[in-house]
Amino acid sequence: MAAFGTGGSRPLQGRSGSPGFRFTLFAVLAVVTMYLDQRQHYLEHLRYGLQAAAYPIQLAVSSPPAAWRWLKESFQTREALQAENARLRTQQRDLEVRTMRYEALARENGELRGLRDALPPVADRWLVGEVVTVQLNSLRQRLLLNRGAANGVFRGQAVLDESGLVGQTTHVGPWSAEVILITDPEHAVPVRIERTGLRTIAVGAGDTNALALPYLPANADVKEGDVLMTSGLGGVFPEGYPVARVTEVHRDAVQPLAQVRAAPLAHIDTDKEVMLVWFKTDHPAAPASAATSADGELGELKHGDAHMQPQPVARAAASPNAAAPGKRP
Amino acid sequence: MLLSALVALILTVLPLPSWLNVLRPAFLVLTVLYWSVNSPRTGGIAFGFFAGLVLDVFQGPVLGEHALALALVTYIAVREHQRIRSKPAFQQALIVGAALAVYEFVLFAIDGWTGHPVTSPLRWVHVVTGALIWPPAAAMLAYGAGRRV
Repeated sequence: MAAFGTGGSRPLQGRSGSPGFRFTLFAVLAVVTMYLDQRQHYLEHLRYGLQAAAYPIQLAVSSPPAAWRWLKESFQTREALQAENARLRTQQRDLEVRTMRYEALARENGELRGLRDALPPVADRWLVGEVVTVQLNSLRQRLLLNRGAANGVFRGQAVLDESGLVGQTTHVGPWSAEVILITDPEHAVPVRIERTGLRTIAVGAGDTNALALPYLPANADVKEGDVLMTSGLGGVFPEGYPVARVTEVHRDAVQPLAQVRAAPLAHIDTDKEVMLVWFKTDHPAAPASAATSADGELGELKHGDAHMQPQPVARAAASPNAAAPGKRP
Repeated sequence: MLLSALVALILTVLPLPSWLNVLRPAFLVLTVLYWSVNSPRTGGIAFGFFAGLVLDVFQGPVLGEHALALALVTYIAVREHQRIRSKPAFQQALIVGAALAVYEFVLFAIDGWTGHPVTSPLRWVHVVTGALIWPPAAAMLAYGAGRRV
């Protein structure tokens, strides 16, 4: 393509004014869009629609790896399948043995808590979602699932896998949902150290196998191997789900805070399927004040539960931001 | 033009292992730049804006962020298209690198203002890889454009 014009800075005779004018127009438009999206949340519907439009592309892009996986699975050898079958069989037996006492324990727990009837499990129902695409880098740790509002998925829903917490949904489209992982640098989850009951916050470190606990004082009772559970504060995750295991505790004499890192228990980097979970809101172990604690970002938390009871605890003022994607100061 | 943008978009959202992901150039930005420089009437600021909006849907924390950054970069490209076009490939790559740095800086600033700060230096890596890949990418786009016409 050769250049025919010679007047270097002569404005181009475009369809609608000079480039400067058009740039100003679009810049203003972009700023207004950002303002509306960030401050007012007016654009939820637009985003919903755009997400629907984007989904086919995301699906198409992820299809070659998916096809490869399918191919690999269908050409697996008989021995490999038998080995897997045996492994699953033993695993199921173990789980059955372990859950045998569960009913009795749940009833006993209910009695100890002074409740007459045995408590139902806190998880109401769950839905398996397949991971469509993965965005893993130090800036963003996100997943795209093939479940969306059509399946009843809502924004700020907890996502688990079989061994621990994975993350929560951030943007929900009609057939897809974006999940922010607990390892995303913008994500923070309120946790409790299982051994001591000490509460703190685990922030994503931007790496699929690391969380940071930046708010523990140097004299806090924490050591390697401690398991972190969700503390139930913050309104997204219910109490008592395993999150991570402490891998590294570094105490520096001159630093007021200990440097603690933990590895998530969920297999975040290898998961092909995760579970979207609906929790009973009137359960004692349910997320604390799910209806009131959410800030603007998660303001429209909707549980599919018909008998949802807003908890009387007014935590909104105290911790407006807990468990919302966004770093604590 | 739209076809090349679609291909670039697919390259942008294609899942890659994380070390490659850091190196991944902003293909869509490069494509938009190419069209803004070589065919500013059909490409240009509107094209950049909408391409940015698409990027926002895929990976933006706020709608309009990439749109603003791309509109700015295309504005520069369209304004200076004749000067950029007449430069040899090496200098073009340098200019593209500068444009990508401007683009990334706008994203960086908006990220900070909207409360999603990402201060990792790794986010700047694609500026370099983008500049490096510009000569072959531009040649490829020129070839494609020539064949179609």
